[in-house]
Amino acid sequence: MGHTGHHALLVEGLCKGFDGRSVLRGVDLAVPRGSIFTLLGPSGTGKSVFLKCLANVIHPDAGRISFDGRSLGPDADPELRAEFRRRCSFLFQSNALFDSLSALENVALPLEQTTRMVSGEIRERSLEALRQLDMEEFCDHYPGQLSGGMQKRLALARAIVTHPELVLFDEPTAGLDPLRRNAVFAMIAKYQRRFSFTALIVTHDVPEALAASDRVALIEAGLICFEGTPAEFSSSDHPVVRGFRDSTVSLDEELAAIRREPLPS
Amino acid sequence: MLRLLGRQTLQVISGFGDFALFTGRSFRSVAHARRLGRRVIRSLYEQGTVCLPVILIVGIFTGLVLGLQGYHVLNRFGSEGLLGALVSLSLVREMAPVLAALMLVGQAGSALAAELGMQRNTEQIVALETMGVSSHGYLVAPRLIAALLAFPIQTALFVVVGLWGGALSGSLLLGVDSGLYWSSVERAVEARDLRECFVKAALFGLLSVSICSHQGFHADRNRAATGARAVSAATTRAVVISSIVILVADYVVSSFFV
Repeated sequence: MGHTGHHALLVEGLCKGFDGRSVLRGVDLAVPRGSIFTLLGPSGTGKSVFLKCLANVIHPDAGRISFDGRSLGPDADPELRAEFRRRCSFLFQSNALFDSLSALENVALPLEQTTRMVSGEIRERSLEALRQLDMEEFCDHYPGQLSGGMQKRLALARAIVTHPELVLFDEPTAGLDPLRRNAVFAMIAKYQRRFSFTALIVTHDVPEALAASDRVALIEAGLICFEGTPAEFSSSDHPVVRGFRDSTVSLDEELAAIRREPLPS
Repeated sequence: MLRLLGRQTLQVISGFGDFALFTGRSFRSVAHARRLGRRVIRSLYEQGTVCLPVILIVGIFTGLVLGLQGYHVLNRFGSEGLLGALVSLSLVREMAPVLAALMLVGQAGSALAAELGMQRNTEQIVALETMGVSSHGYLVAPRLIAALLAFPIQTALFVVVGLWGGALSGSLLLGVDSGLYWSSVERAVEARDLRECFVKAALFGLLSVSICSHQGFHADRNRAATGARAVSAATTRAVVISSIVILVADYVVSSFFV
């Protein structure tokens, strides 16, 4: 494992199971500070569970998570946990927007509840976050009145409004069409560059992730089986990496084979 | 059989413990909650203003029925002059706190359980926790405070319209002297009756809102159902448990005051 000083987040031997079934079986991961790090993997391999363990939403069975060189284990100081939550944001797959609050109120919520800023300052900063994501004109709209892509942008505005150092993205492109997938990854790259936060993305969209990320890792059966740069991922001979990377090619081959079969008379 | 009984007893005890911890945590979180006032006002509107018409309608009809039934019973003994006492004591000591609480559960409590269940379902509660916001302080505490403030007032209004309902059926329709009715009310109701009424009102309001919040907040704990069905199951459970608990608590509190 690398040096803590270069890493915003360090995970060692993380294990988690549900009802006797192991989902994470000793995950080790080091996320360099200020980078876009993508964790790839097929559905059901424990990517979201891993992210929720990092966000302290799910308590891991074993292992160690360090943020900024300080352990966030079960015996960690509550003040340290609170500080981690102030410095970290989580973008949910479902966006988790408050449907009874307007777009502006959604973005303002973390500032209102976790800072001592005055109302005017909160409003100004929330509007600024919405402006940066081209959402200012929709500030009075409720999440239910916005399209899927706009909801995603709103969720991102809420995630960045506190100026976090680490943003965890859980399947940010789930359910979006290819054009919107590209737009979401471009948006993450743009704002990561602008605000210099560390981004940890969990996804199974290989091309977009390889284009936007500084480093990628692949999780399979609850273990990290590859970690490296996108270029190394593209050229890796690791059978699991190859299988996952070439899954679209495999589909083409499979479809071609089906088409070659004679039609029933 | 014995094992099943033991398991169910343990489940009930652990459920009580969990509920007590939930309520305690919600009250404790008030100390750290920010900008609580606005959310308390919103909850006062949901539990107070929205529920008031139903409570007033039930109150007036309860009074009308008490006046009608009471008149015919007292008439047998030639004691129609005690109608005011019968209506007022029935309302103040039992009917107003219990019926108003059941109306609160049916209207605000079910809506509250469903809203929190949906928020759990769509990860809004988890989102609050990841932001470092106390979900108990943000979602539950304002509702508990609002219940403590609004419900005694609603119960008092229930009593007032109920007394007018009794006067309407007793005096206007059945011919009991109006002055006799109101003086009987005045003579019958003592300070300890009002104290019992308000203790019950505060307790029932707190219990019903707390139970409904608890059920909605943990809608995801139901292993037999997920998604929309889990929310609907939580809402049903919230209404049933709250109603039963109100009746049990009514008996317990009454036994202390009698």
